[in-house]
Amino acid sequence: MRGASQTLSAAALVALLALSGCASGGGGGTDDAGGETLRIIYQKTGDESPLDTLMQTTKEQFEAANEGVTVELEPVEGTDEDYNTRLALSQRSPDTAPDVFYEDTFRLRSDVEAGYLLNLDEHLAGWDEWDSFNEAAKEAGKADDGSTYAVPLGTDTRVIWYNKQVLQDAGVEVPWQPENWDDLLEMARAVKESQPDAVPFSMYAGTGTGEGTVMQSFYELLYGAEDGGLYDESSQKWIAGSQGFVDSLAFLKTLYDEELAVTPAEALDPNVWQTVIGTLLPENRMGATVEGSYAPSFWQEGGQFAWPEYGDVMGVAPFPTQNGQEPGAVSMSGGWTLAIGAGTENPDLAFEFLTTAMNQENLLSYTIDNSQIAVRTDIAEAPEYLEANPFVGAVSEVVDVTHYRPATSNYAEISTAIQEATEAVITGGATPEEAAATYDETLKSIVGEENVVEG
Amino acid sequence: MKLVPLAPALILIGIFLAGPIVWSFYGSFTNAALTGVNAKNPEWIGLDNYTALFSDPLFPQSLLLTVVFVLVSAVIGQNFLGLGLALLMRRAHRVVAAVVGVCVVAAWVLPEIVAAFVAYAFFFRDGTLNQLTGLAGLPAVDWLFEHPMLAVILANIWRGTAFSMMVYQAALNDVPKEVTEAAEIDGAGRGQTLLFVTVPMIRRSIATNLMLITLQTLAVFTLIYVMTAGGPTNRSTTLPIMAYEEAFRYSDIGYGTAIAVVMLIIGAAFSLAYIRLLRERKAS
Repeated sequence: MRGASQTLSAAALVALLALSGCASGGGGGTDDAGGETLRIIYQKTGDESPLDTLMQTTKEQFEAANEGVTVELEPVEGTDEDYNTRLALSQRSPDTAPDVFYEDTFRLRSDVEAGYLLNLDEHLAGWDEWDSFNEAAKEAGKADDGSTYAVPLGTDTRVIWYNKQVLQDAGVEVPWQPENWDDLLEMARAVKESQPDAVPFSMYAGTGTGEGTVMQSFYELLYGAEDGGLYDESSQKWIAGSQGFVDSLAFLKTLYDEELAVTPAEALDPNVWQTVIGTLLPENRMGATVEGSYAPSFWQEGGQFAWPEYGDVMGVAPFPTQNGQEPGAVSMSGGWTLAIGAGTENPDLAFEFLTTAMNQENLLSYTIDNSQIAVRTDIAEAPEYLEANPFVGAVSEVVDVTHYRPATSNYAEISTAIQEATEAVITGGATPEEAAATYDETLKSIVGEENVVEG
Repeated sequence: MKLVPLAPALILIGIFLAGPIVWSFYGSFTNAALTGVNAKNPEWIGLDNYTALFSDPLFPQSLLLTVVFVLVSAVIGQNFLGLGLALLMRRAHRVVAAVVGVCVVAAWVLPEIVAAFVAYAFFFRDGTLNQLTGLAGLPAVDWLFEHPMLAVILANIWRGTAFSMMVYQAALNDVPKEVTEAAEIDGAGRGQTLLFVTVPMIRRSIATNLMLITLQTLAVFTLIYVMTAGGPTNRSTTLPIMAYEEAFRYSDIGYGTAIAVVMLIIGAAFSLAYIRLLRERKAS
């Protein structure tokens, strides 16, 4: 028995040691008696989060301007998917629903259908700064009924980020401007030949990188393929059985089979993007990758992977179409908004908080900190914005050829089916034709035969 | 009349245990969702979730992986390793027993999320295991990518053995020394004594332990989610992972609860089997 008690006390000691390693996070603020409280839920990534800075600033300004009102900030740390899940769960009950929250544009329509979002039409009519938002951005906050339910914080595009040093060492001329998919492979093969230890041209694949796999890799291929596509806007149907889908998978397969990308095992690691952005590119061990226009936010001073020389070493190029056909390049855009809970007890206060966050000064800082593409015309023209990083102009130009995801309520499931197709191909589990056929089957089971059109 | 003193307990169980189970059961017949139209007005759709589930190509694989995970990591791994350790520690020196005990229990007292990250760091591509095998000059194996199921099974054995060990330590302490000594005087070897004297005497603890670790293992989520997230290509997607994906990633609460109900049935089947075992042995 003595042995057992010794074991237990030793175990308790181990537990204490293990627990002392993780400090407890701060709790929520207390509610002042009789005071109004606003709860704000948003996503926080890393220690230096531009959004967190924006929210802290807004809270200070707002509380100073409104005596007796308390703003409770609830940052959620995690991936986009985790954040969206956490938000949806909090919205299921009026007691836990936030007053103001950070909302992904592609979740907007289905959250409006669920009745989670407040219609902002009347409030916006009385807000004179609404006119300074550009038309495309205003569209992003609209639902199927034509009303606006959210105000965009910024938007983004995707381009090829390449390391000039690595390309030059491979004998590739910079500035590099690929015209079609073959040019991409040609560059990658040249890098592989000259620098066997470098990763020539990596594109995300598999379910590990989640939405990054489609937004920063597969859709650039699919939307730029000679035929096919993802979704037919005119008939409101999903496209199955297209040659473009097979071609896009085949392109990824080539990249991974010829070892021009990271290894399949590395590709399936959800944190592979940190290796790419934080290690491979800065250390001249990668030729190029497809990433968001916000990449400089990681490299600039105070970013997660500060890299002072990035402006000189990196270059950008629009992602080319399959055979260089019109419009010649392709990009994908998403973006996040601020929205107000349908069940908020203080809609006016909540809207005031939203407009404080969205005023020219606050949104300008956020746009620059987070390397967003401006949604307000008075910010897009601001010299601080245009000079924020060397790539602002280049990543803004592809807005002309960009696409948005079809934001239907079953999109998340379809996206996963596509990620699984890419995973099957790069791991050698299926040929592009087989993986595309599996996707077609899954697609039909998700949306129903009647909502699918053969490409 | 016997139930009167139990009433408060029964009411509490009803509210906190049976309530959610009944709700899940009900939810599995609706198209309740996290977002979209069905979040606002869920509809009764009868057996649609179940027919969809039984025709889902992922379901048979998840079912098989779940059963394999439970059998190999709990019923075989934790159970036998726990019994073995408990037996060895009775004969070991006090200090040795204490050290071994602490090492084993350490894995068990860690919060699940911490244990999961420890296991991830161990099996990871550039992790501890590959660095150790590298020292021995062996080639690195990407465990989580090439053998995801083996990695999570080993991690679960490491994490859960302490529980079985402690249950068996307590049970073995209740076996009177006279009985085992008598068996040895009658000429039984150690193996025979264990098989024909000790095991029958701790039979009830074995059944209880099996039931507890089976139900625990059936519900393991964090460990697998952190280590492999069910991948690669769903090769370690057990039913809890599948239920989570459906309910929270695709917002399909109804479908997710249907999977949960299936898990409930599997758990009940295992439990009934163990109770049977106990009863039959008693009758003989």
